[in-house]
Order: sequence, then structure tokens, then C-alpha cells
Amino acid sequence: MMRIAALILYLLMPALAALAENRFPQPQFESGYTMPVTTTPSPRAATVEMLDILILVGALSLAAWLILKKRSRRGVFLLTVFSLLYFGFWRKGCVCSIGSIQNVAAWLSGSEAILPVSVAAFFILPLVFALFFGRVFCAAVCPLGAIQEMMILFPKLFPRQVSLALGMIPVSYLGVAVLLAATGSSFIICRFDPFVPVFRLSGEPVMILVGVGLLVLGIFVARPFCRFLCPYGVLLNWASRLSKWHATITPTECDQCRLCERACPFDAIRMPVTCPVSESRATGVRRLKVLLLLVVALGSAGAWGGAHLDRVLAPLNAKVRLVQVLGSSDPAVEKQFSVELEAFRSGERNPDTLAAEAEAIRRQFRRGGTCLGGFLGLVFGLSILSVSIRRARDSYEPDRGECLSCARCYLSCPEEHKRLKT
Amino acid sequence: MSELQTTGAMQSRREFLRTLLRGVLLAGLAGMGARALLGRRCQSATSSDRVKLCKGCPDLASCSSAVLSAGHKVWQLDPAKCTQCGRCATQCVLQASAVKCVHRPKQCGYCRLCFGFFQPGATTLTSAAENQICPTGAIRRKFIEEPYYEYTIDESLCIGCGRCVKGCSAFGNSSLVLQVRHDRCVNCNECSIARNCPSDAFRQVQATAPYLLNPRSERTAS
Repeated sequence: MMRIAALILYLLMPALAALAENRFPQPQFESGYTMPVTTTPSPRAATVEMLDILILVGALSLAAWLILKKRSRRGVFLLTVFSLLYFGFWRKGCVCSIGSIQNVAAWLSGSEAILPVSVAAFFILPLVFALFFGRVFCAAVCPLGAIQEMMILFPKLFPRQVSLALGMIPVSYLGVAVLLAATGSSFIICRFDPFVPVFRLSGEPVMILVGVGLLVLGIFVARPFCRFLCPYGVLLNWASRLSKWHATITPTECDQCRLCERACPFDAIRMPVTCPVSESRATGVRRLKVLLLLVVALGSAGAWGGAHLDRVLAPLNAKVRLVQVLGSSDPAVEKQFSVELEAFRSGERNPDTLAAEAEAIRRQFRRGGTCLGGFLGLVFGLSILSVSIRRARDSYEPDRGECLSCARCYLSCPEEHKRLKT
Repeated sequence: MSELQTTGAMQSRREFLRTLLRGVLLAGLAGMGARALLGRRCQSATSSDRVKLCKGCPDLASCSSAVLSAGHKVWQLDPAKCTQCGRCATQCVLQASAVKCVHRPKQCGYCRLCFGFFQPGATTLTSAAENQICPTGAIRRKFIEEPYYEYTIDESLCIGCGRCVKGCSAFGNSSLVLQVRHDRCVNCNECSIARNCPSDAFRQVQATAPYLLNPRSERTAS
């Protein structure tokens, strides 16, 4: 009887909710009972993050020394193992330089997002090192590169045209990721990171499968993620082209012995070009004119196309999607987003302000999409242009952009063996 | 001979452009780093939790360490916005979610009939499995004195589904809330639960005050 009365009372409670904050008074204990205290385990201290920055600087410096000065593949490999263990399995691969692009994009877009010092350091330091020493970060510090480095067993090379075409994937990925981060929609680089779930040994099953799949692919295609997906690799590639010093295959003069030709699993070694004048100046100039026009045309076409990207990309933003769902009367959509709809109805958000916010985000997407499309068109056009320009080269050299500075090619050079003997 | 000179000139011109561009980029990166490191004080007006810390002092030397370390943030769930949809249990990157039910004894009424513990249709008020609302039996019920019962959460069993939180906030004192437990949370760059939260209840808070357990601040926040 008591219980039924209590039940009825409790069932009436939601109606009284507005009146009562504490529906039941705090009990007065007589048995000497002491209340337990709610525990609040603290997060990693900020000082530990600073330690990460120090280790990053140390690893980058050591990598630069091992690659450029010591010229030791063994040393680079040992450092790679350390990075895999520390930045990968111990720190679980987060925060990484690749993901930090998005924090920087969100921060630069002027939203409320802040840039923690550790994230800023992970973004800036590898780029600074690339501007001086080439991609030493890729060589031995990046945990995502390190885990793939362990898998290179039977690397196969494929035609340059294929790798050039595949090289457009990371640029597009970078552009879309920056646009989505700057509009506050999503951090797709983190969401679709294939190796962090492997480091954590937990995560979305699909991403774990993709990660394992990439590792298996990595047995035959050396470092597939780094070369054909990594958006930070694009930035490092550009920075490394400007590098002050860079790894060289030979420690002295190239004998053109061709022994290093097949030494690079990443197809980053460029052969000597003697550059005979094979065409008249007039045809060369005409070709260049056509190509420059093509660059402009691709850029404009990209900008035009990018302005329409908002239809595809804007629904990735939760607010835009919610407005879409609220506006649709399709029962299937309502069923799919029932949790979102219920949360919206039980909350106090105003539909009109939500719609206005969603429209503002859409505008951002249109503006950003135009820039993104134009940028991608330009990059595509310029990479076509660069293929048709031949520059004289009198020795075997690593491609400054694509070389990961792994130091594999050193030991295939007879001059290097001479140097080691003395 | 002239050809050699041309190549040399080309080399040095390219080298010059390269150096110039490198300098510009380095300056840009340095500026970005400096703004991230020092500019945090200037940004303080934009976010509410910074306003309290920032005294608007002009020079960095007098800036307190609390403001300087303000960039270190962690994810947390605002109980005032949470609608207990159950996604915390499924969307975390960790296999058992980093979000757990947290009990605030100071809010608790120590009820005999706890709607955070019992199923709505429970026939008897015993801790038999069929009576419990918790799918993993993570809540312990202990008799203290008539008519009070103590409830404790076994975090090793809790999956963060929030069913008990829903019951307690609908019928009780809201002494049970969901919180990100920072001994488990790996502090992802973008929290996977936050991305999927339908009520926008996740936000990044100062690492120095990583929990939102104070009922008063919740009310002002909402």
C-alpha cells in the first residue's frame, strides 16, 4: 500500500520538477554514517604535455643529425622504433602533427577554438625542421610513418604518372579537412585516422580494418598512407622543397654508377637529365603558354565547382543537418535522426536562431568551397606544368619534395662505402 | 662557358627565391607560435571561462600562471544539457566508454525507492537482477539506517549508458550524472562522443577544473 502511494507520488514528480530542485531533503543520519566523497581523477598534467614537446624537439634534432651528419640508416631505424613506441603505443598517437592542421585551421578561422601550446608545437616544429633539413619528421619521428616503415618488405614501384595522379589525393584531403575544421563541422583527419585505433587497440571496427588493410598493402606499396593520403605530408613536401640542407645519396660526387637507381622504395630518386635541346624555342614557348592558360582555366573551373560543394559538405555539420532533418517530413529521416530530434525538442534551442546559424555555416561553406576548388585546380594545373619542365641535373638526386629522408639509399652508393672505410 | 654561367645564374636565382620564401614561411610559423604562446591572454575576452582568469593586465610578466596554462583543455559533459540518449556508451573510441555515471552523495536523497536503481516496474524493492535498471549491475545498494539506503557506482562495471541518470533526474534529486572520467579518457583531439552528442552537451573545459559536478554552476550554465 505504502509502495503504491509512493509510486503515485513519484509519478507525479515530473510535474513538480519545475518547483523542486532537491525533491528529497538531505537525510539526517543518526548512525554515525559518513558520506563518501565523489572522486575526481585528474587528467594528464600540462607539464607532461611540455615533456612531449621536448621529446619531439629532441627526436627531430636527432633525426636531422643522423640523416645529414652521421648518415646512419641504422640510427634512423632505431629512432623510428622509439617513435613508434613512444608517440605511437605509449602516447596513443594523439595529439599528432597530422591532426593539428585542423586545430590550426579552426583557430585561424577566428572561431572560439583555441590553440593549445602542445598542438601548436606539433604543427610548427616539423615544418620548421623541414624548411632546414627536409622531411626528417617523416623519416623517423611520425608514429604513423613508423608503423608503416616496419611493413616495407617487398616494395613495388609503379609508373610516375600513377604516383603523380595519386598525389592529388592528399592535397584534396588536406583542402576538405581544412574547410570542415574551419567551419567547425568535423575533424575528419582524426575521425578517419587509420593507425591511431591500432595504437589504442580499440576504436571503430571499420577504421581498424582500414588500418590493418593499409599495413598489409604497405608490404608491397611502401608507406601508402604517407605518400597517397597524408595531408600533413603535403605541407612537409612543400616545405622540404625549400629546405636549406637536404639528404643527398652520395656523400661526395655522384659517379653516375646507377647502383642507387632501385634503392628507393618510395620512388623518390631522380635520374640525371642532360637536357638536350629537343625542340625549338618557339614550340617550347607555345607549350608553356598553353599550359599556363590551362592552369588558369583549371583554377577558375575549380573555384566555380567548389562554390557548389556546400550541398555535399554542409550536411556534415551537425547544425546544418539538424535544420535539414527538422524541415523534412520523411518518416524514414525522422526515424534515423530520432535521437537528435528528441534532444532538440527537449532542449530550449530556438528553431529560428538555429536556422540562421545553419545558413551562416552554409555561407561559410560556399565561400570556403570556392577557395578550396580554386586552390585544388591551381595545384592540379601546376603539377601538370611541372611535369613538362625539364631541368638539367648531373647526378642522381632525391626529389626534395617526395624524399622521406629515410637514408636507405646511402648504402647503395659506392662513395658512401669509401667514406665509411676511411 | 656561357652556358655554364647561365646555369650558375639560374642556380643562384633559384637559391635566392628559395631562401626568400623560406624566410617568409619561417616568419609566419614563428608568428603563429608566438600568438599561440603569448596571444592567449589577448583572446581571453572571447570565452567565458577565461574572462574570470584574465585581469586585462598589459604585460605578460604579471600574467598569472593560471592564465598561461589556460590553453590546456580536456573534454567534459555538461549534465545540464545531457539528455541521456545513451550514445556515450557506444560512441567512445575506448571499448568501455570513458564516460561513467558519477554519484554525488551530497545531492542524494538516499531514497528507499531509487529510480536510478530500480526498474519502473520492479515488483519488489530488492536488488534482484530483474529489478535493477542498470544493465551491468554496476550500482550497489546498501542499507544505512531506516529509511535510508546508500548507492555506490562500481566504475569497472559501468558502461556510461545513462539509464540510471535518466531515472534519477526524472524522479529524484539528479544526484547521478554522467561525466568523462579523466583516468580513462585519452583526450582525443576531437572527442568522438562530442561529435555524435545530439544535445551539444560536450565541451572543452580547463584541465585545472576538469569536472562539471557542481549543481549550482550547472544551473547558471543552462
